[in-house]
Amino acid sequence: MLGLVPIILGYLPLTMFMAAVGMICALILGALLAVERVARIPVLDQAVVVFISFFRGTPLLVQLFLFYFGLPSLMPFMSGLTGVQATIIGLTLHFSAYMAESIRAAIQGVDRSQWEASEAVGMTRIQMMRRIILPQAARVAAPTLMNYFIDMIKSTSLAFTLGVTEMMGATQKEASSSFLFFESFIVVALVYWVLVEALSFVQRRLETNLNKAFTR
Amino acid sequence: MIRLDKLTKRFGTNTVLNGIDLTIQDGERVVIIGPSGTGKSTLLRCINFLDRPDEGVIGIGDLSVDAARATKAQILGLRRRTAFVFQNYALFANKTARQNITEALITVQGRPRAEAEARADTILQETGLADKADSYPAALSGGQQQRVGIGRAMALDAELMLFDEPTSALDPEWVGEVLDLMRRVAERQQTMLIVTHEMQFAREIADRVIFMDGGRIVEQGPPAQIFENAQDPRTQAFLRRVKQ
Repeated sequence: MLGLVPIILGYLPLTMFMAAVGMICALILGALLAVERVARIPVLDQAVVVFISFFRGTPLLVQLFLFYFGLPSLMPFMSGLTGVQATIIGLTLHFSAYMAESIRAAIQGVDRSQWEASEAVGMTRIQMMRRIILPQAARVAAPTLMNYFIDMIKSTSLAFTLGVTEMMGATQKEASSSFLFFESFIVVALVYWVLVEALSFVQRRLETNLNKAFTR
Repeated sequence: MIRLDKLTKRFGTNTVLNGIDLTIQDGERVVIIGPSGTGKSTLLRCINFLDRPDEGVIGIGDLSVDAARATKAQILGLRRRTAFVFQNYALFANKTARQNITEALITVQGRPRAEAEARADTILQETGLADKADSYPAALSGGQQQRVGIGRAMALDAELMLFDEPTSALDPEWVGEVLDLMRRVAERQQTMLIVTHEMQFAREIADRVIFMDGGRIVEQGPPAQIFENAQDPRTQAFLRRVKQ
């Protein structure tokens, strides 16, 4: 049973690659969506509302199937899409919708005095967001965003339904060839668990760091 | 020179500023007094468009802005010619005392970091906060925060400094140090427009005192005239109340 561990860990880089790229893309897209939701740019705002509603309102698995199996039949140029790419796109869009809402709430939670002080010294909207508002919103949003990252790591396991051999896919193969079902799946569960715990440790460090300015 | 021409601001059906005309000479220190809710703070906030005035013209130096059709560039222009000191300090919570001062110098005025930091250190010396340069606002007392707030405004070298009740939120023990700092700012021939309830201070530093009531300027003149020889019964009544 312990022999499974190195096999599964061999696929950890792929799992982490999908989660990390997905997280970075989702954070950027989520922040852009959130800023738009605060600025309420006509027409674009309605589109963003529909986007967020769709990607929060449908299961990630359905979205992945839609990208991987659905879109190529509609748009032939999409047929070159690999399972890994489809997973990253799916994770990005799905989680950016959730993150947009947390970041929006965090932005709107930044004290009014911070907006006014930025305006009063003559900052443009972009300078104000980048220098004052987003850094403060980040502190508020960080715990929730880390939770989404953890959720995203676990969600990479859905890539196996697109034929990607990542940690879950590898486990599945090992299990069906060795018939050690319980052993295989408990091992992969433990690997995910340890991974998430390690990240929770990083999360606590990050939060202490972000709170530095706000503690006496 | 600062010129306000028929500046008007309404919140819904409530006219908070009712056609304010006001000219301030360079280096002049003008103090606005009056009962609460008479538009004193709104007047200050309309000059830099923290509140958007409905009508009137705001002129600062060579910039003249028609409030009804102010463009983004004009609003930024007004804000970059003024500096604002808030009642609640409004320091950037994610920046240290020094960064609060350098932030606009670097981001807005585009000055080199080294120059901005040198300027900040000079100002922190002058405000007696050199040892707090690397402290975040959360670690400073109210008085210290407001001194950083004034320092941040001083650093901008603005044509007009606006003070919106800068001591009203302070514990009594911190009021003195903030007023002292404002006196030192006044000594530099800085054009200042101050809303305050500190009558003794107003009498001391003002070149001119304005009494506002009901969104209008009721009476104005040198401090001695307003405080000892007010003509309007509303001014007299207000001064009697605050002396008690």
